[in-house]
Amino acid sequence: MIETSHLSFRYSADSPELTFPDLSCPNGEQMLLLGDSGCGKTTLLHLLCGILRPNQGKVRINGQDLGVLTGKNLDRFRGKHVGLVFQRSHFVQSLSVLENLALPYFLTGQAADLDHAQSLLDALGVGHKAKSRPQDLSVGEQQRASIARALVHRPAVLLADEPTSALDDRSTQAVLNLLEEQAAQAGATLVIVTHDQRLKDRYDRKVELKSLAIPTS
Amino acid sequence: MNWLYIAWKNLGAKKLQTALSLILLAFGVGMVSLLMLSEKQLRDTFERNIQDIDLVLGAKGSPLQLILANVYHVDAPTGNIRLADAEKVIRHPYIAEGIPLAYGDNYRGFRIVGSTLAYPQHYDATLQSGEWWKLPFEVVVGSKVAATDGLQVGDTFFSAHGLQDETDVHTDKTFVVVGIMEESHSVMDQLILCNIETIWQVHGDEGDVLDADREITAVLLKKRNPLAVLTIPNVIRETNMQVALPSIEINRLTQNFGIGMNTLRMIAGLIMLLSFASIFISVYDSLLARRYELALMRTMGASPRGLYVSLLLEGGLLSLGGAILGLLLSRGGMVLLAQLVADKFRYDWESLGLLTAEGALVGLAIFVGLVAAAIPGISALRMDISRTLSDSP
Repeated sequence: MIETSHLSFRYSADSPELTFPDLSCPNGEQMLLLGDSGCGKTTLLHLLCGILRPNQGKVRINGQDLGVLTGKNLDRFRGKHVGLVFQRSHFVQSLSVLENLALPYFLTGQAADLDHAQSLLDALGVGHKAKSRPQDLSVGEQQRASIARALVHRPAVLLADEPTSALDDRSTQAVLNLLEEQAAQAGATLVIVTHDQRLKDRYDRKVELKSLAIPTS
Repeated sequence: MNWLYIAWKNLGAKKLQTALSLILLAFGVGMVSLLMLSEKQLRDTFERNIQDIDLVLGAKGSPLQLILANVYHVDAPTGNIRLADAEKVIRHPYIAEGIPLAYGDNYRGFRIVGSTLAYPQHYDATLQSGEWWKLPFEVVVGSKVAATDGLQVGDTFFSAHGLQDETDVHTDKTFVVVGIMEESHSVMDQLILCNIETIWQVHGDEGDVLDADREITAVLLKKRNPLAVLTIPNVIRETNMQVALPSIEINRLTQNFGIGMNTLRMIAGLIMLLSFASIFISVYDSLLARRYELALMRTMGASPRGLYVSLLLEGGLLSLGGAILGLLLSRGGMVLLAQLVADKFRYDWESLGLLTAEGALVGLAIFVGLVAAAIPGISALRMDISRTLSDSP
């Protein structure tokens, strides 16, 4: 369950205020946040996972108000309950793929379930690359491995940032299927943030973000 | 999985930079430690051989040469002195004991020194086999001599005239090994000992020389009264003899060494400084190249402090590894040096144990390594994750 209320944010005192519509997505459901470039999508994503703090309003994940968490507790909570998939996959390059999947456990102080990590990689078709360095994987393999990493520790919410914007139609379908399947299997709420209009009709639960009336850099 | 493992893997992922930092630090620490070791060995060796010899009586010449020749047996003697003159000094009331030395021959480069049993006793030398000499041409050999030339009790050999080479061998006189000394890490290890009569007889003295004309090389003196240092030079003014103080001459020698040592120490310090700059760059580089990775780890639950610890560990591992390599390097250098010097200086340099000062050196290296990592690490504490993630390609 992820929900927001009266969310607004400004980067600095003299920059314009960004306001966001209220969102709510129950457990296990899927939601699309659609908006053009520069409308504050990334800002909203960062607010949702607590990387940024709103000037006003609240973000709740499974009932926990992120605003009351500070420092290490916020880092831990985010690590435990939110999985992030980025447009381009990034890994800790010096660690193997499997070790990268152990990171979400280690960084949130949990014992790593490597069997689960391996089976997840197997299910996503990159099990044979578990011992490889991330940079030795193809872009597609990297994306699947990064989905595995985002879900390995069974977070409540899976946030995907522009997962399809660089893909052709066929790959877009494949990635979305993968995200939906895996989120459903992990019981995670899936929130996709994108400007990709192709996704518009795929989801019932969607919020269109208004473009700002200010010039963007 | 832990931070140490991640730091270790990160260092392994940039092998060249890691190797550069390690090599620089290893050389810096190695040089400083080698200087410490060799200085200590040199001082120990000098001091062990002086024991409590207060004065050395010998022929006029360079006092330093007199000490080097008769206490350490590394230089040629200054000449001979008359036994009768020497005995006057030995019997002087201010003198407690005098150990006469006479030599002029060698066996395969090891000096054959005629003396009394007081000489080995002075160095607490004990026998590992055989017995002390009683008759002329019976010799007791030092442990190094026995080991190098494979001498055993009962073996015989000819001596060669002079102190170094074997061109002029006295084939008419046979020496018999009657005893082998235990290793004492003193000059005893390098000597072949016999009585003084032996030395006289090798050089054609068949007992027909008057006692008054017999000559020896030097006398090691122990004083009974501190005034001996002032009085004895007056006693021997009319003779060809001089007395020298080992402690003063050796001080002078080590002071001359000291200038070179200081220069080396400065160079070593400079190399260490470079290595810390290299660690600084290595960690800073980690930070720049892995900004996104660090931000990523933050999104996965890492606290800024955790990331800071991982960067500190990188610096710590580098400096610890460099320091350990440096100590190994200095031990290797010491073994090499000992082999080079053992022939020339006839001293064993052993004891490669860790010096207290080296412990401090390693501690300092690790501390500075951590500081070198801590400074760039601060920016990991302050990182704006949102901006780092947004700016990424």
